[in-house]
Amino acid sequence: MSIEIKNIRKNFGSFSALNDVSLDVPSGELVALLGPSGCGKTTLLRIIAGLETPDSGSIHFHGADATAQKVREREVGFVFQHYALFRHMTVFENVAFGLRVRPKETRPTDAEIKRRVHELLELVQLDWLADRYPPQLSGGQRQRIALARALAVEPKVLLLDEPFGALDAKVRKELRRWLRRLHDELHITSIFVTHDQEEALEVSDRVVVINKGQVEQIGSPQEVYDNPVSPFVYQFLGNVNQFHSQIHQGEANIGGVGLKINAHHDTKHSAGLAYVRPHDIEIHKVRNGEAPAFEAVIHYIHAIGPLVRLELQRADQEDLIEAELTQERFRELGLIQGQNVFVYPRNVRVFLNA
Amino acid sequence: MSISTTLPASQYSNYQNKVARSRATSEPVWVRWTLIAIVLLFLTLFLIVPLAAVFTEALRKGFDTYITALTDPDALSSIKLTLIAAAIAVPLNLVFGVAAAWAIAKFEFRGKSILITLIDLPFAVSPVIAGLIYVLIFGLQGWFGSTLLDHDIKVIFAIPGIVLATIFVTFPFVARELIPLMQAQGKEEEEAGLVLGASGWQILWRITLPNVKWGLLYGVILTNARAMGEFGAVSVVSGHIRGLTNTLPLHVEILYNEYNYAAAFAVASLLAILALVTLVLKSFVEWKVARDAQINEKS
Repeated sequence: MSIEIKNIRKNFGSFSALNDVSLDVPSGELVALLGPSGCGKTTLLRIIAGLETPDSGSIHFHGADATAQKVREREVGFVFQHYALFRHMTVFENVAFGLRVRPKETRPTDAEIKRRVHELLELVQLDWLADRYPPQLSGGQRQRIALARALAVEPKVLLLDEPFGALDAKVRKELRRWLRRLHDELHITSIFVTHDQEEALEVSDRVVVINKGQVEQIGSPQEVYDNPVSPFVYQFLGNVNQFHSQIHQGEANIGGVGLKINAHHDTKHSAGLAYVRPHDIEIHKVRNGEAPAFEAVIHYIHAIGPLVRLELQRADQEDLIEAELTQERFRELGLIQGQNVFVYPRNVRVFLNA
Repeated sequence: MSISTTLPASQYSNYQNKVARSRATSEPVWVRWTLIAIVLLFLTLFLIVPLAAVFTEALRKGFDTYITALTDPDALSSIKLTLIAAAIAVPLNLVFGVAAAWAIAKFEFRGKSILITLIDLPFAVSPVIAGLIYVLIFGLQGWFGSTLLDHDIKVIFAIPGIVLATIFVTFPFVARELIPLMQAQGKEEEEAGLVLGASGWQILWRITLPNVKWGLLYGVILTNARAMGEFGAVSVVSGHIRGLTNTLPLHVEILYNEYNYAAAFAVASLLAILALVTLVLKSFVEWKVARDAQINEKS
């Protein structure tokens, strides 16, 4: 089922949580709402579920206006950040809850409920925990039970609030791959909220970057990572080096070094911010022909893992530049701390100051 | 009746024991024993001796006198009236307490802090004043006195007045017990129920109440103990008519004032037994809560 969100506004007192947010989620997609904490992403999710009412704007489910619909009528599944499992019920009863509270006419028989619940518990691979109580489960297990419970009512839309936020790093990685596989199996329209860009980029079909109650960018993970439309998105999706620069006819002048940028050809003498990702910083021990380069000193080397992280201090000022090299390249260059090197930025992206 | 109303403290007691018993933080042996001795002496003097005295005095003239004092028609009628007052006040305050706690803990609305203050009012007001309020409202000289007289309805110096006074003084117990508990639990589980399609009633019966059942029982026990033991407020509105408007505590006072010590203590022993039963129930509930909390902690 597709979801259309149109011009949603929501204020809490004088705080504007959502400011004119519009968003289309096509049927069957897995969409990530990504943003820093307090940006309004959870409020948006709760408005879609009907747990909050927007001040203005509308929500449409499959073309039909659902703004005035009660939570119970929306047929959504919601997985809460802290799972909100019913602590006094067994795992089985937790999953069965949505079926048991149905009105008599639509309630399945006990045998049918039992069959459905066990089917779902098998889906989340926790059938053996049916008789346990939530406090006896690990975080990852609770997460999967919460998901099974949400799926039990056969929702048209699945909403997940920071689904992996409370888990440790290893379980988180496993579970998000598992969620992706589950989504590919079930094809249920799903929206999940996260502040973790890696998670959003890895799991989702599309990423919606939200900042201060507004949508900054919507696109596939590839799109938003490669072509961020604003400095905020650039900074939020991964590490980045930021340079103050003067832009003039397709060239960014950073501390006397003129870098070619493939944009802003008609701009003259404007101040702007130039961004370069650490893996787009190339390092040479000697000057490499005519290409523009910064002189810098290696300030710190962090060589654990597949990538080597370098902190470089520019010769002309205090700012540190962060660079990432492969171990191979690092050994090839034979870099040591305190060494003078030349820094060649690639793929410079410039945003003019507003 | 000196029963502590702080249930949650017991939930942490196990945890605290484990932490506090390291050698570095414990006092020298003689300090510990002196403190324990002081507490024991104090408890003996002020609690155990009087309690024992009640039962010795009650049985001083033999078991037959004891039974006779309890089966006296006036005594039986006071027992009956006490039970009636409790039987009406406890369920009403149970419903009110759950409603108030639910509203306060799960919803935001204007005037919430005023409501909380109002709930605490009976704790702050002297029971005698509480009784007088009803005399002023429903008494012969009171606001509704003449109206009630015209319709031949008796409130003051009759059972309705006693029930009203009892409800007033026991009003806060259930709500006070539930509010912090419900606030701590938050409303995520209720929201989960809502999203899963449950109605308001289903959420109340299947999620909210089961989650607070022990706190609720605890509040009911306290309400009941206070309802049966209340003296001041009831004394003002009762009129002390023997066999008609005397509750157990009032009956004890009358017997005592008539120098009928054996009978007074015999009836008083019933109240003492009630207190003991209350204590046992209270300990049981606290033990249950602590155990549940422990299971939760293991996770």
